[in-house]
Amino acid sequence: MFVEIEEIAKEFGAERALHPVSLSIPSGALIALLGPSGSGKTTLLRILAGLEFPTSGRVLFNGEDATGMSVQQRRAGFVFQHYALFRHMTVFENVAYGLRARKRKERPTDAEIGRRVNRLLDLIQLPDIGPRYPSQLSGGQRQRVALARALAIEPRMLLLDEPFGALDAKVRKELRQGLREIHDTTGLTTVFVTHDQEEAMELADLVVVMSMGRIEQVGRPGDIRARPASEFVRAFTTA
Amino acid sequence: MSDIAYPVRANPVTTEPRLARYILIGTVVVLIAILLFAPLIAVFSEALREGWSAAISSLSEPDARSAIQLTLLVAAVVVPLNAVFGIAAAWAITKFDFRGKAFLITLIDLPFSVSPVVAGLALVLLFGSNSALGAWFIAHDMKIVFALPGILLATMFVTFPFVARELIPVMMEQGRAEEEAALTLGASGWRTFFTVTLPNIRWALLYGVLLCNARAMGEFGAVAVISGKIRGETTTMPIMIEMLYNEYLSVAAFSLAAALAMLALVTLLLKSLLEWRYADLLSATRRH
Ligand SMILES: Nc1ncnc2c1ncn2[C@@H]1O[C@H](COP(=O)(O)OP(=O)(O)OP(=O)(O)O)[C@@H](O)[C@H]1O
Ligand SMILES: [Mg+2]
Repeated sequence: MFVEIEEIAKEFGAERALHPVSLSIPSGALIALLGPSGSGKTTLLRILAGLEFPTSGRVLFNGEDATGMSVQQRRAGFVFQHYALFRHMTVFENVAYGLRARKRKERPTDAEIGRRVNRLLDLIQLPDIGPRYPSQLSGGQRQRVALARALAIEPRMLLLDEPFGALDAKVRKELRQGLREIHDTTGLTTVFVTHDQEEAMELADLVVVMSMGRIEQVGRPGDIRARPASEFVRAFTTA
Repeated sequence: MSDIAYPVRANPVTTEPRLARYILIGTVVVLIAILLFAPLIAVFSEALREGWSAAISSLSEPDARSAIQLTLLVAAVVVPLNAVFGIAAAWAITKFDFRGKAFLITLIDLPFSVSPVVAGLALVLLFGSNSALGAWFIAHDMKIVFALPGILLATMFVTFPFVARELIPVMMEQGRAEEEAALTLGASGWRTFFTVTLPNIRWALLYGVLLCNARAMGEFGAVAVISGKIRGETTTMPIMIEMLYNEYLSVAAFSLAAALAMLALVTLLLKSLLEWRYADLLSATRRH
């Protein structure tokens, strides 16, 4: 699915989180929203997911206006910064949640749900943790379960808010590789937020550099390094 | 020098020295004995002073029976209503940003800071025959003051904060992320509430409901004012106990008091039972 953001602005009361920003995300791309704290990355991601609605501007999915579409209709797989796993459910039930929430007509049978959940747990290379509770997992395992849960709904796109933010350097590297592989096998349009320029440059096809609610530059990692559009971009991407 | 012999510390660092521990535990046990157990035992022994049969026959007097029924009825109506209102209030306060939020929180606490007698009087003023509202209700043949609806209103007012007060801190701490996750996974608002919000707050809710229930059955001041204390009609257990006591019917008074205490003990037992039954789940999800 390709996504277009047209002149989206967002205000929280008097606070301006996003100045009108525009961006085209090609179908199947892996995109990084890169920028310092408070630059509006999370706000933009939440607007794409339908968790927040823009003050003005439009969002288009496959060329169709999706600005007023509800969060449920958008079917965006969202991975939260602190994972937001359901703490009173086992890993299995967490991953199965989106399938069980479907309307009766579209809901798979229990056996089919079981098969799909196990396939996803295999995909994140944690085949045996189904019966455990989130509190019994490491940070890296939680992150992967959150990813599996988001993938279970057969999302139209994947949105990740600082997916590796709370993890140590070694685990980050592994999971980065894991995300790349999952992106390549599923072919999902994927947007992830990060303030780590190395992560953005290494992982993304296209990097969107943001600052103070504005998009400073959009480009391939190599191009941004070679031709930074502003002093801010140069300083931030070489830091 | 690596071979200095340190004494082995077997206890975790948070453990106090033995003596301090015994003194602390001893003090608590003595306090509990004096403040909690002694009065309870006194009530029961006074109730049973003339034997079981006297106590039981005093409880089966028509007035006592109707008091027990009324109290159970009041609790059965008030507790579920206040559970729903409490959840709604806590939900509104913790999950949404709106103007006047601080004021709403203060308002929820109002019944705690207003004396129940004042609350009862306020309701009499509002719904009594001297007010326009009261006159309207009387004209339409609905009795509020000195009748069951008044007792229900007074009890609801007094017990309103318990559920909301238990829920607000828990819901505050949990934030909105899990609910948002459920929504992005396609769940409707109601489904999110029943499968994510409610399970996450169930222990706080249970605790709030138990406190609310205990107070609903035990409320005296507000009910005393608004009920008019019509014997056999609007006397709840606490009111009946006071009336019997004032009439020097000590066995009857204390039997009813013991019955009221038993109701409270049963709810506590219920809570312990549930906690014991779900101990595994509790420790796994680290909630209490
Ligand atoms: N719910 C909200 N209410 C008020 N202001 C908000 C809200 N959410 C975000 N903001 C403001 O919008 C601006 C952008 O916030 P946003 O969370 O998008 O930044 P971010 O780039 O994700 O930062 P970080 O890297 O720290 O997560 C900030 O100034 C923030 O204070
Ligand atoms: Mg953010």
